[in-house]
Amino acid sequence: MKKFSIFSLARNALSHHERWPEQWRSPAPKPAYDVIIIGAGGHGLATAYYLAALHGITNVAVLEKGWLGGGNTGRNTTVIRSNYLWDESAALYEHSLKLWEGLAQELNYNLMFSQRGVLNLIHNVHDLQEATRRVNANRLNAVDAELLSTEEVKAFCPILNTTAKTRYPIMGGTLQRRGGNARHDAVAWGYARAADARGVDIIQNCEVTGIDVEAGRVTGVQTTQGAIAAKKVGIVVAGHSSVLAAMAGFRLPIESHPLQALVSEPLKPVLNCVIMSNGVHVYVSQSDKGELVIGAGLDPPNSYSQRGGLHTIEDQMGAIVELIPIFSRVRMMRSWAGIVDVCPDASPVIGKTPVEGLYINGGWGTGGFKATPGSGWVLAHTMATDEPHPLNAPFALDRFTSGALIDEHAAAAVAH
Amino acid sequence: MLWIDCPWCGARPETEFRYGGEAHIARPDPATTDDAGWADYLFMRSNPKGVHAERWMHREGCRRWFNALRDTVSNDVLTIYPMGTARPDAPGDEAGGG
Repeated sequence: MKKFSIFSLARNALSHHERWPEQWRSPAPKPAYDVIIIGAGGHGLATAYYLAALHGITNVAVLEKGWLGGGNTGRNTTVIRSNYLWDESAALYEHSLKLWEGLAQELNYNLMFSQRGVLNLIHNVHDLQEATRRVNANRLNAVDAELLSTEEVKAFCPILNTTAKTRYPIMGGTLQRRGGNARHDAVAWGYARAADARGVDIIQNCEVTGIDVEAGRVTGVQTTQGAIAAKKVGIVVAGHSSVLAAMAGFRLPIESHPLQALVSEPLKPVLNCVIMSNGVHVYVSQSDKGELVIGAGLDPPNSYSQRGGLHTIEDQMGAIVELIPIFSRVRMMRSWAGIVDVCPDASPVIGKTPVEGLYINGGWGTGGFKATPGSGWVLAHTMATDEPHPLNAPFALDRFTSGALIDEHAAAAVAH
Repeated sequence: MLWIDCPWCGARPETEFRYGGEAHIARPDPATTDDAGWADYLFMRSNPKGVHAERWMHREGCRRWFNALRDTVSNDVLTIYPMGTARPDAPGDEAGGG
């Protein structure tokens, strides 16, 4: 791997940036691998990277039906935080946040990771009670969290309308200063480059069409580029988790929905943090390009169509304009949807499946981006040792049978 | 936005309706069902990429429930049929996806 640095930048400037090497290879699939990861999004690529970097397993293929990072990795609103209510979630997301904090150096890749703070707004007495409880729970779990008054919210983010003359006045907020944003594409590219450098084959335009199971054990996959054998297979496909599970003959507690997002025309720096509101349901931040990045709620009906209804976006825009009236004349440039796989308890499924040697990492619903490093880290551990790490053991599929759900609906600082 | 043909009120926009999730999930007898069967009833869903049998309620109209077959890829509403009746055949309706 050619190291990126100020010197490599200067050297390549002399050749007009026309001689940068490819960041990863595009190999043809081998007939067999030790491990196949299905899905070259951030989570899948992170899994492959940690398998190679931490567990010495380098005979790995990452299969991608489109191009890497072209699914939800490239469609999300890049919010990173770890202020979840329940102990299991706080441990997993905080582990991920700690990995984020050193990730750009580890991968030698500029992820544009910016800890600008995530501000969750409070609009009513119930919000205030819930937020107080969550801040206390976060602190007990060593997750940084502060409860702000209305005046402190105004001081931290001056463009918010904190007057009483709104339908849902802002009564305060919770702040995680270590939260923020990262460049979503760069996360996929950085992991891909680092995994490739350790020998991982990233095979794009290779859709998995079947999973081979013999006597309850996975033996490989069928793809549009032929059959590929493997001792272990990981399903890391976000919105299509149920489709892949059906290929292996089991069902998941997951439904797929479109989740929409949109961006505005670029503005001068105007919004200094990530704003999230549970009460009016919207989240917004400003990218380094200057665009406002705005996330919407789920479209209710199941769908794999990567498009949602305009009425969902209208709800979000109404909320934004009330919270931040100066945005009323900002023009929106693009909107899109990703397919998110939602579990009944709004927590992911990470671990083993009923098929031996087949693992799944999915069900992240609307909030998987923030977990990318931690998610790959725990799945790599689970696949390498055939045992879940203590961090992901509570997120096993059997929690839906045992009843030990991790119910983050309305508990995780934003409505899912 | 979907355009849904309420069997009593006619075609109306999606915003008038409440989505009720997958149809034809029968509640098993708790006395004779094991944990896996109960989990299957409560949480497991077919979530197909293709034709999906689902429930809708015309919240801002007649407030009555009905079932629909809808393609989850094209979002086309294929068939509307009463609750309590068997799932009808739909064009292209086969065991697809998940």
